[in-house]
Amino acid sequence: MNMKKTLAILALAGAIAAPAVVIAQDSQEHSHETPPPPRQSWSFAGPFGKYDPAQLQRGLKIYKEVCSACHSMELLAFRNLADAGGPGYSEAQAAALAAEYKIKDIDDSGQPTEREGRPADYFPSPFPNEAAAKAANGGVAPPDMSTLAKARTYERGFPWFVFDMFTQYQEQGPDYIVGILTGYKEAPHGMQMPPGGHYNEMFPGHAIAMPPPLQDGQVTFDDGAPNKLQDEAKDVAAFLMWASEPHLVARKRLGFQVLIFLIVLSGLLYFTKKKVWKEVELHPEELAPRPPTEYRKA
Amino acid sequence: MTTVSSAEHSRRDFLYIATGAVGAVGAVAALVPLISQMNPDASTIAAGAPIEVDLAPIADGQIIKVFWRSKPIFISHRTKKEIDEARNVNVASLPDPEADQKRVKEGHDQWLVVIGICTHLGCIPLAHQGEYDGWFCPCHGSQYDSSGRIRKGPAPRNLAVPPYKFVSDSKIQIG
Amino acid sequence: MQHSGISAHPVYQPKSGFMRWLERRLPIGGLVYSSFVVYPTPRNLNYWWTFGGILAFMLGVQIVTGIVLAMHYTPHVDMAFKSVEIIMRDVNYGWLLRYAHANGAAMFFLAVYIHMFRGMYYGSYKEPREVLWILGVIIYLLMMATGFMGYVLPWGQMSFWAATVITNLFSAIPLVGDPVVTWLWGGYAVGNPTLNRFYSLHYLLPFVIAGVVVLHVWALHVAGQNNPTGIEPKTDKDVVAFTPYATIKDSFLMACFCILFAWFVFYIPNFLGHADNYIPANPAVTPTHIVPEWYYLPFYAILRAIPNKLLGVCALFGSILILAFMPWLDTSRVRSARYRPLYKQFFWLWVAGFILLGWLGSKPPEGLYVISARILTIYYFAFFIIILPLLGIFEKTRPLPLSIADSVLKGDVPLGASAPPPVRT
Repeated sequence: MNMKKTLAILALAGAIAAPAVVIAQDSQEHSHETPPPPRQSWSFAGPFGKYDPAQLQRGLKIYKEVCSACHSMELLAFRNLADAGGPGYSEAQAAALAAEYKIKDIDDSGQPTEREGRPADYFPSPFPNEAAAKAANGGVAPPDMSTLAKARTYERGFPWFVFDMFTQYQEQGPDYIVGILTGYKEAPHGMQMPPGGHYNEMFPGHAIAMPPPLQDGQVTFDDGAPNKLQDEAKDVAAFLMWASEPHLVARKRLGFQVLIFLIVLSGLLYFTKKKVWKEVELHPEELAPRPPTEYRKA
Repeated sequence: MTTVSSAEHSRRDFLYIATGAVGAVGAVAALVPLISQMNPDASTIAAGAPIEVDLAPIADGQIIKVFWRSKPIFISHRTKKEIDEARNVNVASLPDPEADQKRVKEGHDQWLVVIGICTHLGCIPLAHQGEYDGWFCPCHGSQYDSSGRIRKGPAPRNLAVPPYKFVSDSKIQIG
Repeated sequence: MQHSGISAHPVYQPKSGFMRWLERRLPIGGLVYSSFVVYPTPRNLNYWWTFGGILAFMLGVQIVTGIVLAMHYTPHVDMAFKSVEIIMRDVNYGWLLRYAHANGAAMFFLAVYIHMFRGMYYGSYKEPREVLWILGVIIYLLMMATGFMGYVLPWGQMSFWAATVITNLFSAIPLVGDPVVTWLWGGYAVGNPTLNRFYSLHYLLPFVIAGVVVLHVWALHVAGQNNPTGIEPKTDKDVVAFTPYATIKDSFLMACFCILFAWFVFYIPNFLGHADNYIPANPAVTPTHIVPEWYYLPFYAILRAIPNKLLGVCALFGSILILAFMPWLDTSRVRSARYRPLYKQFFWLWVAGFILLGWLGSKPPEGLYVISARILTIYYFAFFIIILPLLGIFEKTRPLPLSIADSVLKGDVPLGASAPPPVRT
């Protein structure tokens, strides 16, 4: 009787598990249509990750000279460039950088005017509104870059997304961005690109509206750092990650302190629990919830 | 009840005290972000940065109002008559004794810069009104002179002077 | 409501003058004392029983972080996304509060699933705890509504489109479906009126949850805790005082739970979220895959497994409401799965199916994914409607121990021959 029941249950379990196994294999093939971008090494990855100020400054230069022609960065203010855990500019440098920009404002008689940028101002948009951005770019508005590095990812699939919980892999966004920037190739033979589309290996569907923005040596860096396409892509991706997550360094630092504290507290609570329960475990037959004298007569 | 040696007692108590102390530290630490978040955030602080005001367009006898940190600031281009009235006063007899010279910058006696908030209950006083050639607060009748000092009425203190400096003869920076 | 054989509770004796004064006027001291200090708790509770306390803690965390976030959030379609980013960038510790609240919701649901599965495994829903169980189902439904509305507030792509999909479900209601949806939206599509009312309700519902939790704990204290043997405590040997025994045990696991919570908040704060929600809502562009947060995925899979819209919606709500009927669907007179070898296997299969349904909910509803979802949906409902009633009749249960104390002292080996199932008290 038991044997039959066990077999029945095993069969049911098999019926449930089998599709899952097939699906797991199936999903492997699916994801190869758009290959996952290669993993880059980032200074800000891992529990002790930090931004590299020099890299962020190079990334800012690339944004200013290349990307800002089409992409806004509305949520980033000039003063943020002087914040701790960022590109490491001084307040004076951030103010000087702000002053390079002309910011739209209204004068005392209510007429639109332009004035010098101040630290409190935000990076200005290249287009006055969304419709203008679309019209100037073939019907697709270039996305704002303030949160772009967190707004992009790629499917990790099972079981890798489980491992990611332990390895703390959170850099899907920057890896994807580097993949896109370095993924422009000749369209494979016979593949038709839609009008305005450029072939990109990493972009889902392979036809991206953005023309290749970067090439080797496009931006020269003041510190003489390498400026091949791969380097430029990494630097700008790191800058975009900082723009999306400016408090990353403080977050990981506080996290370490909190985790140590909680581990110590858990340990203390564990030993306290053991001590408190020892009486129950040693002399269970003697234990009463309260000494008899404090009981009300039933 | 089983008896327990005093050594065991103190070991057990130490553990309990240590656990309680660590727990209490954690509870207090958890309060820090909850309380800190109510303080002005970075964008508010940035918006409250110093401002520059060009004094050239302000005519003799004219008072303009600008805003700094969401507070109204009166900038008064005082006439000679107003300066003299402010100085020919027995300072000790004032409700809030303060010499006019202390309320302006040296060499710039004609410029008075004060925060335009009545020190009584926070209304904005009206310029060129009242008996003292200064300001009159319509809410409860406080009267200020041409140095922004309280003369009559319920306000306890003179109009506050904000931090400011002359970056040139015709330009000040407030804040 | 005493268990026979357990001494009456000792009475609260206020020690200070102030407490004596207060106790005569509002006996809070006595209430706390009898409910959380001397309250007799089965001594054999394992760590699965900690999750009720953890849930109360997480409700507090969500309410506190929610209230401080509400000080900075703006519920208008033009400002919502930006105000959340201002919280993340400018507000002191804003990033911490936001990540704590978002990941706190996930931890809240993780704890509630463990709490519910504990109840299902040990038969905590059975007589006399039916109302306790149903109050729990009500709390769960309120949590799902609260979580859904909260996710809409940042007004990202997923926020907007999840709101569109879920509110559109109500159009499946015959006759009045479309007017109901328009009424929910406050307009002709999800828009500013929708966002504002979701904000109002999202602030309100947690306090409704708190009220139902009070009823839930009250109902619990009337019947007393269940325990891993499923046998009611009979004598003082079976119980210990809640404080310090349960209190310290709960505190320990709560601290461990906080380690897991901190791991997410500080190191992988966006792991459970969706990247598309960092794109401001765009009513003209639908994301390629609209996916709810992980804690809704099993039900999302069930919804999409049924090809008919109205039946799919019925299956969705039915899959949650059916839980409320467990006390009557399960005909077994043995509570705990420890002594129910067949039920135990079906239960774990059901849990595995629930988790697999969750994974399927994140996949596009096509091909093998939807076929598997259908098979698992059938098993999901069959577990409640067919297996539970039949098991009560046909299952041969293991012999029960004579008492909790016996099961603890003798390592869960029953004295003598198979004891009969407990008599209903």
